[in-house]
Amino acid sequence: MTEVSEIPLHMRRAQFDPIDELGEVRDNAGVCPVVTPFGVSAHLVSRYDDVREVLSDSARFSTADRHALTPPDAAGLTEEEYARARVGNLLTYDPPEHIRLRRMLTPEFTVRRMHALRPRIVEIVEAALDDVERAGRPADLVSTFALPVPSLVICELLGVPYADRADFQRRTVDQLDASHPPERRLALQQASRAYMATLVERARREPGEDILGMLVREHGDDVSAEELVGIASLLLLAGHETTANMLGLGTLALLRHPDQLAMVRDDPASVEPAVEELLRWLSIVHAGIPRTATTAVTIAGNTIAAGEHLVLSLPGANRDPALVDDPDRLDITREPTGHVAFGHGLHHCLGAPLARLELRIAYPALLRRFPGLALAVPYEQIAFRPYSVIHGLQALPVTW
Amino acid sequence: MRIVADRDRCIGAGNCVMTAPEVFDQDDDGLVAPLVDEVHPVDPASVDAARQAVARCPATALRALED
Repeated sequence: MTEVSEIPLHMRRAQFDPIDELGEVRDNAGVCPVVTPFGVSAHLVSRYDDVREVLSDSARFSTADRHALTPPDAAGLTEEEYARARVGNLLTYDPPEHIRLRRMLTPEFTVRRMHALRPRIVEIVEAALDDVERAGRPADLVSTFALPVPSLVICELLGVPYADRADFQRRTVDQLDASHPPERRLALQQASRAYMATLVERARREPGEDILGMLVREHGDDVSAEELVGIASLLLLAGHETTANMLGLGTLALLRHPDQLAMVRDDPASVEPAVEELLRWLSIVHAGIPRTATTAVTIAGNTIAAGEHLVLSLPGANRDPALVDDPDRLDITREPTGHVAFGHGLHHCLGAPLARLELRIAYPALLRRFPGLALAVPYEQIAFRPYSVIHGLQALPVTW
Repeated sequence: MRIVADRDRCIGAGNCVMTAPEVFDQDDDGLVAPLVDEVHPVDPASVDAARQAVARCPATALRALED
């Protein structure tokens, strides 16, 4: 197990908040050295304007250099094996390859598509709440609500059997756990790809009415089986783990701010701004995928040489006083901000409209079903996940 | 205020449709399809929303040309 002191600065939190040292870096040098959980030396970028600039400039800041993710001697893999592990993972593609794959997926996540999905998501949320209510109190909201809802949604959308959830949920949590050595995480990634390959194979034989089926039907000639495996693996991981942590952590945040919880529960007009503020304030993704400078650049007065790596702190940017006043305060009545919780630039979260829809349905539905929702243990006993690439809770014991 | 959308740059994030639904739409491919060429200054709410949408476009695919 990794010692706490080894957790890199950008992943360390004091419950909800980034630790004070991150704010000090932002207020002073703006950039500081960091070693990623994958053992890569990089520059940590902490200010809103700088993070946004790097994220939006894919020409000067590439995501395709595998050395930004894994040190040269990491797991004893050959370059070919590394390359194979990344095929279809859009996050590691630069233009123009990136846009080719992304354009295949954008029709699935339009605002209109999301509107059509709404009734089904309401049904899924209400059924999960029925289960919670039937099982009785106390309940762990993470395992009974926060995780099942987005898991079922992405399974249906993508064409993954929900019956397989125990396996893929466990693999995802392990894959994102930075306390595992790189070899272990690479092996898990390969296991995830092997699982997805069986689903891709099936979709190629009998394409269904889901995203996998659509990709096979409409792009079957332009996309390889390996690419399909990479795309679908990324969508499955990103589709359940992120929204699940937003639901768990966001519910806890509201329980700690009862006035704001009451607004979300009682005033439908407060829900959309509340979701945006929770996204900003929680910034559950500690950092965007690391970038590699393709040319010498200056960031906050610091010179970064071509070939050096950059880690972009999303909570650093979203808690920057340059973005909002009093940034450390959760305030769901704020005017909308240009937060970067979903990233920015070409790799901006593809599923953001889906995540927003799920959160806008799930928070008020939960709070209306259980108007007396409360923690079942003292706040101090709530376990946050210290080693995960995505911030979240181990469990959220509640009663009502 | 004139609205210019570069569909080659668009990544279909849908932020503009969410921020300024009376100005922006998406086609079936998910790419931006402005509903209007111009936002009239007599409609300050739309002007404001359109400016926000332009500023927040993750792909820098939108421009607002002030008259």
